[in-house]
Amino acid sequence: MIRKKAITKNRTLPKSRTGIKGLDEITDGGLPKGRPTLVCGGAGCGKSMLGVEFLVRGATEFNEPGVLMTFEETPEDVIKNARSLGFDIDDLVAKKKLFLDFVRVERSEIQETGEYDLEGIFVRLNYAIEHTGAKRVVLDTIESLFVGLTNISILRAELRRLFNWLKEKGVTAIITGEKGDGTLTRNGLEEYVSDCVIMLDHRVIDQVSTRRLRVVKYRGSTHGTNEYPFLINEQGFSVLPISSLGLSHDVSSERIPTGIERLDVMLGGKGYYRGSSVLISGTAGTGKSSMASYFVDAASRRNEKSLYFAFEESPQQIMRNMRSIGLNLEPWVKKGLLQYHSSRPTLYGLETHLAVMHKQIQEFQPRAVVIDPISNLVSTGSSTEVGSMLLRLVDFLKSEGITALFTSLTAMDSNSLEQTDVGISSVMDTWLLLRDIELGGERNRGLYVLKSRGMAHSNQIREFLLTNDGIDLRDVYVGPEGVLTGSMRLAQEAREKADKLARQLDVEAKRRTLERKRQAIEAQIAALRAEFEGAEVELSKELKEGAARAKQFEIDEEDMARSRQADAGRSRPMDMGRVRQTDKAVARRNGESSPEL
Amino acid sequence: MKAKNKRANSKARRRGAREAVDPDSHYDLRLYVAGQTPKSLAAFANLKKLCEVHLTGKYRIEVIDLMSKPQRAREDQIIAIPTLVRRLPQPIKKIIGDLCDTHKTLTGLDLETRRDGTND
Repeated sequence: MIRKKAITKNRTLPKSRTGIKGLDEITDGGLPKGRPTLVCGGAGCGKSMLGVEFLVRGATEFNEPGVLMTFEETPEDVIKNARSLGFDIDDLVAKKKLFLDFVRVERSEIQETGEYDLEGIFVRLNYAIEHTGAKRVVLDTIESLFVGLTNISILRAELRRLFNWLKEKGVTAIITGEKGDGTLTRNGLEEYVSDCVIMLDHRVIDQVSTRRLRVVKYRGSTHGTNEYPFLINEQGFSVLPISSLGLSHDVSSERIPTGIERLDVMLGGKGYYRGSSVLISGTAGTGKSSMASYFVDAASRRNEKSLYFAFEESPQQIMRNMRSIGLNLEPWVKKGLLQYHSSRPTLYGLETHLAVMHKQIQEFQPRAVVIDPISNLVSTGSSTEVGSMLLRLVDFLKSEGITALFTSLTAMDSNSLEQTDVGISSVMDTWLLLRDIELGGERNRGLYVLKSRGMAHSNQIREFLLTNDGIDLRDVYVGPEGVLTGSMRLAQEAREKADKLARQLDVEAKRRTLERKRQAIEAQIAALRAEFEGAEVELSKELKEGAARAKQFEIDEEDMARSRQADAGRSRPMDMGRVRQTDKAVARRNGESSPEL
Repeated sequence: MKAKNKRANSKARRRGAREAVDPDSHYDLRLYVAGQTPKSLAAFANLKKLCEVHLTGKYRIEVIDLMSKPQRAREDQIIAIPTLVRRLPQPIKKIIGDLCDTHKTLTGLDLETRRDGTND
């Protein structure tokens, strides 16, 4: 009847949301509604916590009251334990949203004789469910009955009846069970509860423990099949369905500055893509953290939140060190734009690291994330594990559109610098390589863009300087003597400057010589002209004198003729003869021989 | 703990321990049932018969039907039905089942020693 209804209604199974972070995603909507779910695992794996949170979330978030029937913990203990997760059970009990019932089964107190059933538990549960109108029930851990009662056949029959009865009641139930040897539960509870089985695990590898959750089966529903890390902290349970992410995230073509102007120029003039993943790898002391800090500084300046995961230094130390290169990050921290999260990589397992980061990111909602460095995480797991963990982290960050900057320390003796220890370069969009350039007895930092997807980027090596005023990128000297950096570059630059100066001086001198020559020649020209002018003046003066003298001579002649006025009457026809005579007289006076002579 | 000690002690001592319960003391018994089920009816019948034989005149049986007083199940820590609780004399004893095994029932009520000497 119920099955028919489910099929005709819609093919999906009705589910009851747990309200536990991540679990609803893995189970595709929650636990099967109105059916029991088995939660099994070893001691201390968090079964009871899962159950308690399921009830508390139900009561507070989904308005579904619940019943918690414990077989091991007293109500006082439950209340105390739940308080450490921030749940106020007392309050919920007072509001009739939660009903606690502690079932004490003490074998030494009980004598069994003849036939019996567990109607007492049914009565109690029924009373509790009716009393609160419960929709959710947690039985933690009903297996204790196997210790308290000797008649196993009765017990098994009664458990089967109990689970069927719970189904009939339509309550969504969680039955917890201790993990057995090679079986899901010690007493085979999985035989009775077969709709949904969730296994919790608390594994310790290399002294580092990681909690994991896996949905072993979920009848009639799709579910994530992987093992998912989960956390129990002051906010309760959170499962991280990180590995379920794919490659279908949106991409942004927005560009964000790197915090270093010159680097922006190298990256097509605009910086990184928003939501891309950036890897800065390099050997020790090449300035990876400084670049990362510049990046978060730039983000803060844009009023964007950034989260900095430091696995090597404490926040104070990072801030102090960055002050030494002229970067004051403290105001951003105070303003709440920048948040540091420092922890040693060995603090917990990789999965837990991932889980913690995931949680922090979801809580802080940053636009940029720095992980400094990723290579340190290798110490907590094998290279492949780290690789897969980072892959999931990158996927997660990309799906959230968060720009991620990872730093990676390359081993000094590594054969190839262009290789990260964790082998994740392929998932990175931009890869900046910082390297030491050893030349002339000193070591300098060089930076180049190894790759940058989707943008034209510089192919040049830049010298990377950390100064009191910050990061400076300089062109390296590339010349006939090869690539020079540091003081050799400075020396070369000085030499070039000197050469240039010398050349300049040379040209200057030549120009001055030329000028002098010109001046000398001009002087000569002037002198010649003056000489010429002098001669000209002389000559014209002489000419004028000559003309004047000639005129005077004529006047004199006329005067003489006038004084000889003897035959003035005849003078007219004799004019010609007289002129000829006059010419002859002038010539004689000048001492010149006349043609007649 | 108590049971363990008992087993460890000698028979004489055990008899002495049992005799600590005043043979004339009043027996206050409670039988928890859930409706008129065959098991409950059988339990009541068995108990009645047993008391008549062994506790003539110094017992009181209170039958509590959890169907009408369900909250009592929680208050008195009842899980199985039927359950017989010896409230007096102290300490409290619980016997679950239909009480068909008279000997076991009597042992449970401290009215008869176990057949240890031969069986254990």
